[in-house]
Amino acid sequence: MKYMSEYRDPALAKKYLEEIKRTVSRPWSIMEVCGGQTHSLVKNGIIEMLPDKVTMIHGPGCPVCVTPLNLIDKAIYLAMEKGVVLCSFGDMLRVPGSEKSLLEAKAEGADVRILYSPLEAVKIAEDNPDKEVVFFAVGFETTAPANALSVVHAHRRGVKNYSILASHVLVPPAIKAVIDDEESKIDGFLAAGHVCTIMGNTEYHPLSAEYKVPIVVTGFEPLDVLQGILMVIRQLEQSKSEVENQYARIVREEGNPEAQKIINEVFEVRNQMWRGIGEIPDSGYAVREKYVEYDATKKYNVSISEAPENPLCISGQIMKGIKKPFECSQFGKTCKPTNPLGAPMVSSEGACAAYYHFSGMVEA
Amino acid sequence: MQLQCPMPKLDFDVITLGHGSGGVLTNKLLDSGVFDLLSNDILDERHDGAFLELNGKTAFSTDSFLVSPIFFPGGNIGELAVNGTVNDLAMCGATPKYLSLSFIIEEGLPVKEFWDILVAIKFACKKAGVQIVTGDTKVVEKGKGDKIFINTSGVGPIHPKAHISTQNIAVGDKIIISGNIASHGMAIMSVREGLEFDSEIKSDTTNLNHTIIELIDAYGADIHLLTDPTRGGVATVLKEIAQSSEIGIDLFQKDLPIDDQVASACELLGLDPLYVANEGLFIAFVSEASADAVLERLRQDEKGKDAQIIGSVVGEHPKQVIMESGIGGKRVISMLPGEQLPRIC
Repeated sequence: MKYMSEYRDPALAKKYLEEIKRTVSRPWSIMEVCGGQTHSLVKNGIIEMLPDKVTMIHGPGCPVCVTPLNLIDKAIYLAMEKGVVLCSFGDMLRVPGSEKSLLEAKAEGADVRILYSPLEAVKIAEDNPDKEVVFFAVGFETTAPANALSVVHAHRRGVKNYSILASHVLVPPAIKAVIDDEESKIDGFLAAGHVCTIMGNTEYHPLSAEYKVPIVVTGFEPLDVLQGILMVIRQLEQSKSEVENQYARIVREEGNPEAQKIINEVFEVRNQMWRGIGEIPDSGYAVREKYVEYDATKKYNVSISEAPENPLCISGQIMKGIKKPFECSQFGKTCKPTNPLGAPMVSSEGACAAYYHFSGMVEA
Repeated sequence: MQLQCPMPKLDFDVITLGHGSGGVLTNKLLDSGVFDLLSNDILDERHDGAFLELNGKTAFSTDSFLVSPIFFPGGNIGELAVNGTVNDLAMCGATPKYLSLSFIIEEGLPVKEFWDILVAIKFACKKAGVQIVTGDTKVVEKGKGDKIFINTSGVGPIHPKAHISTQNIAVGDKIIISGNIASHGMAIMSVREGLEFDSEIKSDTTNLNHTIIELIDAYGADIHLLTDPTRGGVATVLKEIAQSSEIGIDLFQKDLPIDDQVASACELLGLDPLYVANEGLFIAFVSEASADAVLERLRQDEKGKDAQIIGSVVGEHPKQVIMESGIGGKRVISMLPGEQLPRIC
């Protein structure tokens, strides 16, 4: 399968691994920011293949995981109490709110639908003018253009029964928050390739310069990840701190200006709560006043306070790379994918769930 | 290919509650062609139950079928219901003979759709060499079902050379899969509301009994275990076997046969093909000495042309299934906490 198999070539993977081994002279900790990369690392067994001196730390880059609890509660409330058709990406459904998940709400009779594109949700709204349709618009910068487009599309077509429950999170402020943490010990970053496809690399240059850390924009296939790791290590070994682009076949320096335009049309930057981490300044998107009628939080004026997280969960430390999942006393015991105590166990891209499923440190 | 049988002329277009009441409408529905379509000596007696001649060791299996949508690329719920039970019997090393057939229909189902399902059932039975010998039809109110649910049960004599049991699995056994994985699940996904995508992916639903019986005839007790990786896919079935038999399984990703389009669709939706459902596939645990011969013979059969040895039984890591990734790394294969859901990005 072209464009996939060539990035999974075992002989090339071996060469990258050998080159990494030859290059590394000291212990380095590298954070892959994106959950997709965590998934690739564990699914392909890369972590165990890396030399001991290279430690991969799994960042906060799973949008499903960091969606605040009270927003999930809001989505469930809208579906159960307000009778809206609640549309969502698939993996959001299993994430537990403070009382139940959307999947359980569906079982109790709520109209919850899995979609692949928010434009489908606009179509459902058009086809069902007597029903209110809400799209649970979560994601990083990657999904923001499609979510914004759905709002513009609904607006143009005069669809009044559509709105979005937006919980977008932004990568550069999260990287900054991770580095700023006193306990953090990360030497270099793999930035999320798909986020940069939209936003470009420009936001990362000041970060790299200010904090003197290498940042390599990296893809998701095994060879992408291996090459990204090698590029970070080369910089570290040479005491460099630059922004490099491993994912040049997709990512342009300026990103995708059209996509950025539509994001700016619909959204404005705001402070954002990250489940397990807390509030990070300027790290999320809110729907602009111009499109307020498409903002489900304003349209339904739902006030649900933030439910307390389980005190046993150390997800903040996990997502900042201070602790590994298996260093948590609850990991695999009380906290499992079927009963997650906190953010990184809820989606298969969360660091704890990825470890649980693929690395065999515990028996399922 | 849509197999055709002319639909009888009826004075109703949709199935209503009355068609399941046991009264005039029920008889009208059954007499209007259902009995003729599925006719055989045993069914034609129209008794409360079927009178069967069964001698010796017999396998018995049952399965219920619910799928949305009921018509999908490569088949419909009717042939799924026949092939499902036929294959379950075949996995016991049995030759499927007689099936029961029960419908739970949601009122409002167009008669035309019901007829198409029946025709599919007829031809699936013919291909598998089985007879429907007893059945039932119930109708539920609108909203209390999902168009149509089907249950089939079946019996058949076990082949004298068959010796299928998890207890036969031994270290060194090779694990053979009969064809490309994940086609059925992705065919359904490609037409599911909200997730539709254009593709030529077709369900692999088919009967495997003739293929299996030929293998058992030739290799008998060398075939230690047969299983069909339907719900939960290859990963779930192998993990279940590893756990219950306390054996270790090594799998090799590079050897897993998968169609390019199916693999691409899985990538697109963020689904792992190892966990996607199959309908016309089986996995065989075969003694190391016979594995190559079994594979070669299987590949000569149309239903086994893409067969591969995908792994083996090992003494290390009991209860664990470990897969070597395409690039040589290792990961543990575990069961999913629930249905596999498309990923966000």
